[in-house]
Amino acid sequence: MAGAAILGGLDWRAGTVLERRKETATAYTLVLDVPDWPGHDAGQHLDVRLTAPDGYSASRSYSIANAANGTRVELTIEELHDGEVSPYLAEGVSVGDPLEVRGPIGGWFVWRPTQEEPVQLIAGGSGVVPLMAMIRTRALAGSGAPFRLLYSVRAPQSIIYSDELMMRAKDDNGLDVAFAYTRTIPDGWLRAPKRIDAAVLMETTIPPEQKPSCYVCGPTPFVETAANLLIAAGHDPDRIKTERFGPTGQ
Amino acid sequence: MSEEKVISKGFVGHRQAETAKLPPGQYVTHDFPVLSATPTPKIPLEKWEFTLTTESGETRKWNWSQFRALPSVQITTDIHCVTRWSKFDTSWEGVSIDTLLDGVASSAMYAMAHSYGGYSTNVPLADLREGKAWVAHTYGGKELEAEHGGPARLLVPHLYFWKSAKWVNGLTLMLKDEPGFWERLGYNMYGDPWREQRYWGD
Repeated sequence: MAGAAILGGLDWRAGTVLERRKETATAYTLVLDVPDWPGHDAGQHLDVRLTAPDGYSASRSYSIANAANGTRVELTIEELHDGEVSPYLAEGVSVGDPLEVRGPIGGWFVWRPTQEEPVQLIAGGSGVVPLMAMIRTRALAGSGAPFRLLYSVRAPQSIIYSDELMMRAKDDNGLDVAFAYTRTIPDGWLRAPKRIDAAVLMETTIPPEQKPSCYVCGPTPFVETAANLLIAAGHDPDRIKTERFGPTGQ
Repeated sequence: MSEEKVISKGFVGHRQAETAKLPPGQYVTHDFPVLSATPTPKIPLEKWEFTLTTESGETRKWNWSQFRALPSVQITTDIHCVTRWSKFDTSWEGVSIDTLLDGVASSAMYAMAHSYGGYSTNVPLADLREGKAWVAHTYGGKELEAEHGGPARLLVPHLYFWKSAKWVNGLTLMLKDEPGFWERLGYNMYGDPWREQRYWGD
């Protein structure tokens, strides 16, 4: 579907900001209406282009956060303090503003409702965004594929989509959500804050014998660590898909 | 493309000094970001092998010590990633593709690079010849790290960097062009950064 839609080339489309939602101290969701949006698969991204009045422009890629739904496209943007595009998207955009986008892009790091196998999602920080699109798409499609999310964050207040994840963990049949904290733990949490390791993985993720498809998204060192842990635990590298953003992945 | 760009009120951006070295839509980074679609394969040198396959199916193979015995050259070049970062004056050492192709009988016009882990990417053969491409084994004076494609990666710096296949283990010569991994998934067949050939149809 999305693949066929971009065969003829990808045009820039002027979307309109419908809604702006603060997710955490540094993450914002922008809900866009994009006329003629061709639809997208969960996990795909798009390019956003900002143009200054004198014609200077800058573009960056952002993961799409929502399940395909007509012309509605949601982006969750983590504001990087020295970023070129993300601070403007986080702070400078108001409801009603136009925003140019081009997409969807990428056909590898995607989950489609036709997939029936168990799925292990592993997110570091704002790497949760494309994985949330998968969780939302699964729910919308009424898919029965077993899903587990392991979401590593610095602190409880850094969890993006916190309320929705708690709710879905209760209501979405076959979805499990586990958190890991690297700096600050919530009250009563039994494990000291630390980076994910083999023990966390064993406790919270789908065992390799069930042959889950694994999707890992986050900063590069996190993805390297998580992917290596999965392989060491016995997961087939061919079933692990990764998406990384580097220190300059603005 | 829409004819008129939409103006983003109040957007200034981080303008970098204009430089003839920077292709359109790119920004300069001083880091070396990692982008890979799969886990990083660990390839022991004693198991490493590079295979050149012609369109008629003839092969030439090099193990690591045979490959490292080939003449290496030093390359200083700018690199341009489709995710919009460019890095200037990166220094590499590698074996020229001309060296690997020396004496090979072929009328192929295209090549598919293959990698450990299953990655592939297509490049016209003319873009690999005459000192334009290498199989690089050294970066910044050190053995190329696995994260960045070691033991060896293809280096075709005049095309977007996804063409510079990490963990490369072979080249297959082809009479007709065929899409590789990203080229099947929406990315441009050629990938010239100066013409901003990022995606299909660009």
